[in-house]
Amino acid sequence: MLYLKLAWRNIWRNKRRTLITIASILFAVFFAVVMRSVQEGSYAKMVDNMVRFYTGHGQIQDKDYWEEKTIDNSLAYKDSFTELERTNDHLDFVVPRMESFALASSGNLTKGVMVLGIHPEKEKHVMNLEGKLDTGKYIQSNDKAALIGKGLAKSLKLGLGDTLVLIGSGYHGANAAGKFPIKGIIKYPLPDIDKQAVFLPLKEAQWFYAAEDRMTSMVLMVDKAKNVDGVVKNVKASLGSEEYEVMSWAEMMPEVVQQIELDRSSGKIMLWILYAIIGFGIFGTILMMTAERRREFGVLMSIGMSRGRLILVTWLEIIMLGFLGVLAGIAVSFPFCYYFYKNPFRFTGEMQDVYEKMGIEAVLQASIDPSIFLNQAFLIFIITSILAIYPIIKIWNLRPVAAMRA
Amino acid sequence: MNSVIKTKGVTKIYQETVVPVQALNGVDLDIKEGEFTAIVGPSGSGKSTLLNIIGGLDNPTEGSVAVGGKDISTLSQNELIDFRQNNIGFVFQAYNLIPVLTARENVEFIMLLQGKSKEERNKRVEYLLEAMGLADQIDKRPNQLSGGQQQRVAVARALASKPKYILADEPTANLDSKSTADLLDLMAQMNQEEGVTFVFSTHDQRVIDRARRVITLEDGKIVSDK
Repeated sequence: MLYLKLAWRNIWRNKRRTLITIASILFAVFFAVVMRSVQEGSYAKMVDNMVRFYTGHGQIQDKDYWEEKTIDNSLAYKDSFTELERTNDHLDFVVPRMESFALASSGNLTKGVMVLGIHPEKEKHVMNLEGKLDTGKYIQSNDKAALIGKGLAKSLKLGLGDTLVLIGSGYHGANAAGKFPIKGIIKYPLPDIDKQAVFLPLKEAQWFYAAEDRMTSMVLMVDKAKNVDGVVKNVKASLGSEEYEVMSWAEMMPEVVQQIELDRSSGKIMLWILYAIIGFGIFGTILMMTAERRREFGVLMSIGMSRGRLILVTWLEIIMLGFLGVLAGIAVSFPFCYYFYKNPFRFTGEMQDVYEKMGIEAVLQASIDPSIFLNQAFLIFIITSILAIYPIIKIWNLRPVAAMRA
Repeated sequence: MNSVIKTKGVTKIYQETVVPVQALNGVDLDIKEGEFTAIVGPSGSGKSTLLNIIGGLDNPTEGSVAVGGKDISTLSQNELIDFRQNNIGFVFQAYNLIPVLTARENVEFIMLLQGKSKEERNKRVEYLLEAMGLADQIDKRPNQLSGGQQQRVAVARALASKPKYILADEPTANLDSKSTADLLDLMAQMNQEEGVTFVFSTHDQRVIDRARRVITLEDGKIVSDK
């Protein structure tokens, strides 16, 4: 307690210098936190977009489907798939999907499309197509109708109630052909999907592809991204069969993981440069603190304070200085990040095009993952601890008489 | 009376400059328990160096120093720190109080390092500051006190750990006549009441007049002992 009191009072001896040092750490932490928060928020958004539309957090597939994505490698429905929802705490939904391609036409217009057979009720929690409706109504399980993207509707000049003709190849070479009235038109935030996707109720898709009770994947949706690997592992163990392949989104989209890692690394380099600059600033303060208190260190040692205790007090001062800066930085950056977490910034114009061309929703959403904030505290702790080596060496080599003569 | 501070052939040569400086040249000294001794001499005569060596702050180049029967020239730096903490109280010319601590905390500091109980600390602090006439200044920081008051706090700090010896290096150099007289009264009182041995380095006549023994140093040698 004595040492804490002494350290605390010592740092406030020169208020102006302490405030300047704290302010410099505050700004470094603010910029670092905001940068990391926006970066991680973007990754999370990107992954969420892709996970929700393409892969889910994980998938159960037929063991050959990943290598050759055809309906022939689809899997038959089993009750044990949906049982998984009940037996896995972190698994929110197991959602069946039938995914393939077909040729779509309307009048004289033809276009290759992606056909997605979905479970309308469960997909409300995954793709949330109902929330993306532009006109018309959302499809129900027993409907014999289709939901299409606004981009596709425009290409094929289709409106509500018009008929969409699909032709393709079904299960084991069966002919696939069907006519589906347009029940709803959605505005999907990813342009590729918006221009290509046709959503059918699962039963209609199975009928269309002549693949009754079959699906290409069972999509796994997990409560939190951090639980994905655990759930995938559990599902693998639960199914315990070599008929199936259970993959996480990261295994299915390794290029996305690599892209994120690459981007994260470049961000970290920026952070290290920022912290190196701040480190020199803090070091300047430490240098002055050490030099101007040399005499005092000598006196304290003369009256019986050991080097170890003196080092402890000095180390506490430096760590306190660092933590005050970190706390101030977090106090300023958290509301900022929280605002952009709750109110994501939506790009328009050219930036929107750039994002959408990459297949990412043109939204900038910050992350409030506690690790972003805690990591800054940890980094400052490391930096200040390294910088504290200087006064430690000085105190270690201090000769009280020489110091008091200074 | 027992001999408590004994130096034998103490020589100190500083090698810090191009030309070595001999600060002490074979000093033999014997101070008895409870003495009130002044070491006097002109600037550069070696007074402070001798005090530093007796206090274990500096090592002699040659010779031996025994304090309380213990040869301190053989102790390690850490052992010396412990030795000083429990046996010696220092009073400096420039007071050297810890600026961020109050008068009470400055006096209490050394006892905290010694691990004394709160009750014992409070009792001792109050007794000492009362004795120094600073009972009403107890919660003031050094910059809120006059020079004389700061030096009295410094004396209280030096006495807090109940040391056997107080080494005071020019304690009155920055004080006016009244503060000097008050301080010397207090030191004499503590010398009587607590049996503490006082050794001053000084060239202040007011201190010399109050000392019971005066040792004169010149060019690092004792030239008189009265």
